[in-house]
Amino acid sequence: MDIRQLILIIIGSSLVSNVVLSQFLGLCPFLGVSKKVETAAGMGGAVIFVITLASAVTGVIYNFILEPFHITYLQTIVFILVIAALVQFVEMFLKKFMAGLYQALGVYLPLITTNCAVLGVALNNVKYDYDILTGIVNGFATALGFAIAIIILAGIREKIEDNDIPLPFKGMPIVLITAGLMAIAFCGFSGLL
Amino acid sequence: MNKAGERLFNGLVKENPTFVLMLGMCPTLAVTTSAVNGLGMGLTTTVVLALSNVIISLMRNIIPDKVRIPAFIVVIATFVTLVELLLEGYLPSLYEALGIYIPLIVVNCIILGRAESYASKNPVIPSLFDGLGMGLGFSVALTMIGALREVLGAGEIFGYRVLPASYVPFSIFVLAPGAFFVLACLTAIQNAVKLWGEKKGRDMSKIQSGCGNDCTTCGHSKEAACIKNEQEEK
Repeated sequence: MDIRQLILIIIGSSLVSNVVLSQFLGLCPFLGVSKKVETAAGMGGAVIFVITLASAVTGVIYNFILEPFHITYLQTIVFILVIAALVQFVEMFLKKFMAGLYQALGVYLPLITTNCAVLGVALNNVKYDYDILTGIVNGFATALGFAIAIIILAGIREKIEDNDIPLPFKGMPIVLITAGLMAIAFCGFSGLL
Repeated sequence: MNKAGERLFNGLVKENPTFVLMLGMCPTLAVTTSAVNGLGMGLTTTVVLALSNVIISLMRNIIPDKVRIPAFIVVIATFVTLVELLLEGYLPSLYEALGIYIPLIVVNCIILGRAESYASKNPVIPSLFDGLGMGLGFSVALTMIGALREVLGAGEIFGYRVLPASYVPFSIFVLAPGAFFVLACLTAIQNAVKLWGEKKGRDMSKIQSGCGNDCTTCGHSKEAACIKNEQEEK
């Protein structure tokens, strides 16, 4: 395992090809749960937790079940079912055994099942031929990028809350424009690699 | 056959998934860098939508209510896999251009939304046309957005030059930020129409204000959002 390669993956997945701002995955929670910094941070935490776990589980399933039996064409079906089951299971587990963490992340977990970023990371790990550990690192970095983006957006939204915006642009349009400006800013990171 | 025509019109105009319901925004933003990609994504989604609607409608009395969502997802994922393999074999250039967004059709909320709200309650023929109508509405919208971005960003439509060579393209429109700006303007136009309609006293409640509000429009995450609200009340 080459440490340099891992660092490159972390920078690349979290900043340069940011999951929301350049790949457009996970837009629903990005736009929907970004009204307050506090809830955005909660959502970001939950996404980091679920995506890291999901990339570990899908990585193991892909390498030890799908590949040896030559049924990799079933990956889409298997991944989506595994992710849906995993999120349910994590929710039940946290509720029963880790009440504190459940209080912080629990309410966001059901919303993540349909987050396309989770499936997107699992598919990307396969597409780029990452081994299990690299896949987990890539999953964590991608989710970290999501958390960074949603917390920044929430901070800006809190500031523009009381501003005088033309009526048709109130609500979603101004948030989308903010996201577009953030995407331009994130384009600047492409010089890093 | 009247019902079929009504369903097609409903999907194309009255409940257009992109312009009216604002569903499936992830692929809408990601693949509309050109008109061809938009059209390809739209038609791929149409095929999956129509076929999964037919199968789900046929099985609507067999699937137990409690496991219906996983059952729908398996049906949808099967068709997505089929379409993906066909594209890889016969249209490799489109397969390359759409990339990871083909398998991600599985989580497109339009498909699960139609399965849940229409195909699971209606007979086969109307469900087929409902899927076709919704899919074509999505294709038209994606092609239009793609063409708009291509004209502004490269001065071309479907790869043919339409603006004079002296036109300096805003290349930002074919990059990621341009997608957000185009969608922002579209939503603003939609809001303006809604405000205008309300002023005239018309019922505009059907026009949704976008996936972004609380995700309640995205298929079964409706339940999730309700759970969340309940928990917040406690």
